[in-house]
Amino acid sequence: MLTIAGRKFRSRLFGGTGKFSSPEVMKAALEASGCEMVTVALRRIDLNNPADDIMRVLDRDRYLFLPNTSGARDANEAMRLARLARASGGGEWLKLEVTPDPRTLLPDPIETLKATEILVKEGFKVLPYMNADPILALRLQDVGAVAVMPLGSPIGTNQGVLTRFQIEIIISQAQVPVIVDAGLGAPSHVAEAMEMGADAVLVNTAIAVAGDPVRMARAFAMAVEAGRIAYESGLGAVSKDAAPSSPEDGLGFLR
Amino acid sequence: MFTIPEFPALQEAVSRATEAEIVQALHSERPGLAGLAALLSPAAEPHLGAMAKRSGAITSQRFGRTIQVYAPVYLSSFCANRCAYCGFSADNIMERRVLTFAEAEREAMILHQRGFNHLLLVSGEAPAKVGVDYLEEIALRLRDRFAALSIEVQPLATEEYARLFRAGITSVAVYQETYDREMYKQVHLGGPKADFDYRLESPSRVAAAGMREVGIGALLGLSDWRAEGLALGLHLAWLRKQYWRTGLTVSFPRMRPAQGEFKPLQPVSERNLSQMIFALRMFDPDVGLYLSTREEARYRDGMIGLGPTRYSAGSCTAPGGYGQEDAGGEQFEVGDSRSLAEVSSAIQKKGFDPVRKDWDAVFQIRGDGQQAA
Repeated sequence: MLTIAGRKFRSRLFGGTGKFSSPEVMKAALEASGCEMVTVALRRIDLNNPADDIMRVLDRDRYLFLPNTSGARDANEAMRLARLARASGGGEWLKLEVTPDPRTLLPDPIETLKATEILVKEGFKVLPYMNADPILALRLQDVGAVAVMPLGSPIGTNQGVLTRFQIEIIISQAQVPVIVDAGLGAPSHVAEAMEMGADAVLVNTAIAVAGDPVRMARAFAMAVEAGRIAYESGLGAVSKDAAPSSPEDGLGFLR
Repeated sequence: MFTIPEFPALQEAVSRATEAEIVQALHSERPGLAGLAALLSPAAEPHLGAMAKRSGAITSQRFGRTIQVYAPVYLSSFCANRCAYCGFSADNIMERRVLTFAEAEREAMILHQRGFNHLLLVSGEAPAKVGVDYLEEIALRLRDRFAALSIEVQPLATEEYARLFRAGITSVAVYQETYDREMYKQVHLGGPKADFDYRLESPSRVAAAGMREVGIGALLGLSDWRAEGLALGLHLAWLRKQYWRTGLTVSFPRMRPAQGEFKPLQPVSERNLSQMIFALRMFDPDVGLYLSTREEARYRDGMIGLGPTRYSAGSCTAPGGYGQEDAGGEQFEVGDSRSLAEVSSAIQKKGFDPVRKDWDAVFQIRGDGQQAA
């Protein structure tokens, strides 16, 4: 079972709410995924309106609601959004996203660290979206992030874990859960991240834009589970040299 | 400073693609400017189906199965310019009006009640009547009630854009109308708009002022659309390099019937328009693409999912036209007069989500309580 900031999660797959063809498809896909934590862009929802398209179908008792600050260009904007969300009943959990470049949506490390430090002091449970930088992960952990969310590859690219080398270091050093976020485009990508020892993954685009989002959500859930079981079972070491299946092969000359 | 090559050079570039160059551009992750030129060329026309497929796939990946919906509010029909093609031209004899603050607010709230959360505030170019003070006051009155407010008005100075950003304006559209300098001279017969270079530099001033998003476009029907498409690509690429924090959008206004009976000088067919949209999508996967109610419902429905990401709906191009049906004085006739509910239903039927809110006014204000600069 995964624990983040004292809260337990049975599923290690976290979901998103963007890019779906309808709120109803989103709801069905989230259910099929089995996820218990769902991120929602504050720019997309109207927290004060119960008839809001997304809020209407999202069961707040079933899912931990993780508002995100997508669209914020700097720490100040992200902090303002976070405070407004909390004041409107959005809770204390926050996926911090500071993405000043609207094209790549890559996170700004300096502003992310700045906002994390302040929001943690204000009582938020901050899960920062970050580039896969091992030192930044440690710095974010030091200032109180309850988890770190390094990207596998840029948002929406479906390119998989291009940052594998850095994520391996982050996982090896982290004292908080590591949730691989962004760029995971296929179940095999999330299986890879989970086999590496990631504590969880967050998937949105790959499920939302699939031909059949509900079945794809199920496929991702199965891959997360497979990857986790493989990690816990202990994967064999990778070697470039052939390892003989019989240790005595080639030693027939011995008496 | 952005400089545009001479139009004949652009025309030359979009006319000479080989089959191999087109196929290469079609299969390239980032076709680049050479690829864009190839995709805009006449030789690419037989590949329109493949272009549509690729454009649709890229759009789906970058924007998901969503289309943002918005509506324009026409604030004024006064205009100091004499543009040969425009219904608001100072040369046209018509009843002119500028909405009072209360009238503008009423028009906006009618749209709010109809379900709109993103508004585009439009006016003719009449700084004496619709100046920065006026626009600022409208923004201040509306910003807490709408997720996003865009403007399409006369070009302004950088500090004026910054002031409007602080007041709550999120994005600015300034269409060049045509990147063909010679044609520009011929159709802009008088008024401040006759200054080609000042207009060309407007998107840079918008971005430099810190505005979230800047929209560019060419009025299709004035000059060679293929070369206009390449010019748009050049402008986009330049803006991306200079202002990496600014979101970019492109509109594709095709000339519509308007008072003055101006006929398109170089007609652009729906196939042409589609080729241009697909080519720009492949060139810049992240650019927001508008398809307005200038186009007919049949065409707009067909294009859902193939490239455009933003649709207007229930539009009226006459100031005061939402509250008063016989307001008159429209800028042009719309091609798709369906309501927001009808357009949303068409979007849903195609398996897309009509998104009414994809921004929030709070982004405009800094966390320390100070307004953004």
